[in-house]
Amino acid sequence: MWVFLLRAILQRLVLLVVISMIAFSIVHLAPGEPSEVDPANPRMKPEDIARIRAAFHLDEPLSVQYVYWLRDLATGELKSFKDSQPVLPKIWRRFLNSLPLFICATLIVWSLSFPTGIQAAIQRGSPFDRTTTFVAYAFISIPGFFLSYLAIQWVVDLFNVPIIGMRTFGMENAQPAFRWMDRLWHLVVPSVMSAIAGIAILSRYVRSQMLEVVRQDYVRTARAKGLPEESVIYRHALRNALLPFVTMFGFLLPGLIGGSVIFEQIFAWPGLGRLGYEAILARDFPVILTINFIAATLTLAGTLVSDILYAVVDPRIRLQ
Amino acid sequence: MAELTHRVALEGEAELPKPETPLQEAWRIFQKDRLALSGLVVLVLLVAMAAAGKVLTEWVVVFDPATVRLPDKFLPPFSSVSQALIPAAHHPLGGLYLLGTDELGRDVFARMLQGSFVSLSIGFIAVGISVTIGIILGGLSGFYGNVKLGLLSVDTLIMRFTDIMLCFPTFFLILTVVALLPPSIYNIMIVIGLTSWMATARFVRAEFLALREQDFVVAAQALGLPEGRIIFRHMVPNAIAPVLVSATIGVAGAILTESGLSFLGFGVQPPYATWGNILASGRGFIFDAPWLFFIPGLAIFVVVLAFNLVGEGLREALNPRLRNKG
Repeated sequence: MWVFLLRAILQRLVLLVVISMIAFSIVHLAPGEPSEVDPANPRMKPEDIARIRAAFHLDEPLSVQYVYWLRDLATGELKSFKDSQPVLPKIWRRFLNSLPLFICATLIVWSLSFPTGIQAAIQRGSPFDRTTTFVAYAFISIPGFFLSYLAIQWVVDLFNVPIIGMRTFGMENAQPAFRWMDRLWHLVVPSVMSAIAGIAILSRYVRSQMLEVVRQDYVRTARAKGLPEESVIYRHALRNALLPFVTMFGFLLPGLIGGSVIFEQIFAWPGLGRLGYEAILARDFPVILTINFIAATLTLAGTLVSDILYAVVDPRIRLQ
Repeated sequence: MAELTHRVALEGEAELPKPETPLQEAWRIFQKDRLALSGLVVLVLLVAMAAAGKVLTEWVVVFDPATVRLPDKFLPPFSSVSQALIPAAHHPLGGLYLLGTDELGRDVFARMLQGSFVSLSIGFIAVGISVTIGIILGGLSGFYGNVKLGLLSVDTLIMRFTDIMLCFPTFFLILTVVALLPPSIYNIMIVIGLTSWMATARFVRAEFLALREQDFVVAAQALGLPEGRIIFRHMVPNAIAPVLVSATIGVAGAILTESGLSFLGFGVQPPYATWGNILASGRGFIFDAPWLFFIPGLAIFVVVLAFNLVGEGLREALNPRLRNKG
């Protein structure tokens, strides 16, 4: 067990270094530099550009720049090109903003897709199954921002409330209770919107997993023993169907960064995805690279956690 | 089983009925799925429309997507051209804007026609790239997995590389690369293709590992067939079913990704019209000219839905494990 852990962590550290190198080269080798963000500015003389490049170490070889970046990241001194703010606190603040959105969306996804998926699998071929299947495909197929715009229009028309941003401007001095309600209300629509694709995918997955398990011999045995149908489904089938989903907990965290760009952009939510988007627009290499690095770290940690969880819940699997 | 007993019963009586080829069997199962079948109909219509779009908007300009007619901007669908203000050469076919006009008075129908070809080719080329990479890497890893290259085996090398690619947040990576590279439709296709081959590589590898042990492959090897022939004639056709399914669904994903990129301003740049960028620019006029928003939005929705349904139908039809089981 400990040997497995040590080996897994070492392997992942090597992967992480390779990933950061690849990300570094992609970002730096692509055309466009922070010094060229404003090429039309007549006051920008060649000396100025050279000075900016020197200040950001952009004039050094790529390998040296990589070492600089790694050193600054490790010491926490990494500064954004855009505003010279330290990168890590900046990312941390945005992470805290993204977190409630992410938690709400995840809760919605998991609490809706499991009952629908199980029900659809039990009543395979029923109108319920066919309806949810179709709705799931519709949810996967609709462009997220198209649906979000419709939702914004509908909610604003119907309830006449603001839903853009994290809080209503000018509410800073209101009663704490009102402030909380305001924030909660702002949370609802974006989290539902970012949950929709997840509901569709996960409920389909639960359904197919359930169908797979219901065919197994031990389920037939349970039925043959004369157990009540509920006990067969929920105690014998469902438990085994749940196994793969335990591992999915490990893959949840990376979703914090990747999928949220569009929704945070639509709802003007000052979160991590939007920070990444702004950093890309400004060629803010340290921020882009650090976000990428964190995402990779989370993914690798996620796979490790899921491997361990899998071994914990499924005694047939031994770590070696 | 049922078929077997049926055949045994027939033996000796009359000539056996011609056995169904696997393709016929798949088609029979596919046909039963009405959703998948309607998806297929939509896709056939779409391909016809895309071909018509290419021909009628670029080669023989019947519908002109580029003409700007400022007196006729924001006309709702089925409105007729202002005869007095627009020169006759710029009239749309029949003097009618089938789907209205946009903020520059361009014919939305012509733009949608042109966009259907561009959107579809983005989907197909991106998926073509990802499937090619996936089959090559997955196949190498599955067939030549044990070959050592220095310290590491081919399999370790390729699979670790796949793991690395899986660690990048895909949309963020696509966004980064597309934003940093000069805007071009080819860059978008290539980047989407280069970032989505990992799943294909993984299951092609799994299929190859399983197939390598099968009798027909061992027999082919015993016959001394060249490796290329074993791989491409005997193994790839047997491993192609899941690739086909994921490719179909991948086209849907690529079209959605393109529309997401367009929304963020990094999609295909003018003068190309894609459904994604018609939708992205239409969102500013959702109140004044809702057709600019709803027409491309619903078009993307229907097409992506059709691809997904066909993909799912194929999965059912091509997966022998799911067959004959209730």
